[in-house]
Amino acid sequence: MDAIAAWLTTVIPGLGLPLAHLIVQVVYSAALAFGAPVGIVVAYTYMERKVIARVQDRIGPNRAGPLGVLQGFADAVKMLTKEDITPAKADRLVYNLAPALASVAAILVFAVLPVAPGVIGTDLHVGIIYVVAVGSLGELASLMAGWSSDNKFALVGAFRTVAQLVTYEVPMVIAVIMVVLAAGSMQLGQIVAAQDVPFLVTLPVAFFIFLAASMAEIGRSPFDLVEAESEIVAGFHTEYSGMKFALFFIGEYMHLFAGAGFIATLFLGGWRGPGAGDGSILAVILGWAYFAVKTTVIIFVMMWARATLPRLRIDHLLDFGWKFMTPVGLAALVAVAVALKIPGLGSPLLRWVAMLAANGAVIAVSLVAIAWAARRSGSASLRGVAGVKG
Amino acid sequence: MRSEFVFVGILVVFSMLLPAAGLGFAWLIRPKKPNPIKKSTYECGIATSSDAWVQFRAQYYIYALVFVVFDVEAVFLLPWAVAYNQLTAYAMLESVVFVAILAVALIYAWRKGALRWS
Repeated sequence: MDAIAAWLTTVIPGLGLPLAHLIVQVVYSAALAFGAPVGIVVAYTYMERKVIARVQDRIGPNRAGPLGVLQGFADAVKMLTKEDITPAKADRLVYNLAPALASVAAILVFAVLPVAPGVIGTDLHVGIIYVVAVGSLGELASLMAGWSSDNKFALVGAFRTVAQLVTYEVPMVIAVIMVVLAAGSMQLGQIVAAQDVPFLVTLPVAFFIFLAASMAEIGRSPFDLVEAESEIVAGFHTEYSGMKFALFFIGEYMHLFAGAGFIATLFLGGWRGPGAGDGSILAVILGWAYFAVKTTVIIFVMMWARATLPRLRIDHLLDFGWKFMTPVGLAALVAVAVALKIPGLGSPLLRWVAMLAANGAVIAVSLVAIAWAARRSGSASLRGVAGVKG
Repeated sequence: MRSEFVFVGILVVFSMLLPAAGLGFAWLIRPKKPNPIKKSTYECGIATSSDAWVQFRAQYYIYALVFVVFDVEAVFLLPWAVAYNQLTAYAMLESVVFVAILAVALIYAWRKGALRWS
């Protein structure tokens, strides 16, 4: 982006560097705010339908366009032409603001996402905090929608949203602290630069905690109690129709992509890969491709989980967050912090081995703890899962 | 430092244009035929009874209180994690003690039944 700004000053005579930066930023904002939602929503809704259809031994969309690739556009036209129904008893202001906030919050997360070498909206010094803060705005939108509808199903969905958000925010932030600890920075650009070995390899516990917590925060199955259709109709967006429903939908898929993009950035090395080191145009294209592939792989894992895992019950969901993920996260954080301060860890290789050993120890201890809890509990199925006999 | 946030400001403006454009366009082309039945609150197909704005369960507040403890903890630990490579082993021990105190708080809430969904 800096290179494009510098190039603009040479092409347009009399253009100052600050103004050139501003032009680049405005163009990139417009691309993020209009191009990215359309591209991401159309591409990933199609992918989701095809993947889930495949898992369930169906064909999936195959009518609109070749192999159904135009299905997303067909849906968009349908949404636009549907009547917009506002319940007479709804709180109109909050009711109308909620879908807009859902999509705005999801787009804002992209501001700090490094999608290729040098291509990042703004590399904030507090990038990680920005991501966590803006990411949870989406949940606020669901709360607003559920409360303002004056519908009992929607209200239960909104309550569940809040409970889920506060439960999974904690392990998510703990996993992020581990990454910051290893990278020594909260800037996403620096975190990518610090991953000579992806943190997936050196911090596997943090990766799994962050993956599960982001699935919960995005509200994806098996954590989709917010909109569990077998219990509470459609949850917080029960009353929404037409374009307002579509905005929630856009928000969900943008959030999905942003969440997967952050997992790729924090744990899989972001845009890094062979040939994506320097600032040449080829490196930018390659880096972008690596980023897209890594993000799509994470999204595929999330779709796979949605297609194969049953939905959790609300008390199980909260127990899993508070009584398993949070203690394991705290233990892993302490273990990594202690391991990195062992005297004589000069070389990077030794640091990686120390982090991996600390994570391995935490995994071993938590497996023992699960087996112990299973032995103590009366549940036969839990004993079976933990491999405890008798 | 402040100039970093200029982009966020620009993006806020642009991201608001997407819902505005979508809703505006839909407003132009969608049908508008409201009637009282359509505008009533959905409730499994029969006539709606009573309001949904009732008292919340107290359980949600207890989870929120435990959450506040851990969120403040994160605010303290993030700067520590950034500065970690410049810190001595003593600073590391201090934060281990800090996390241990939090773990005790979690165990206390657990034993007291604050984390039980009844």
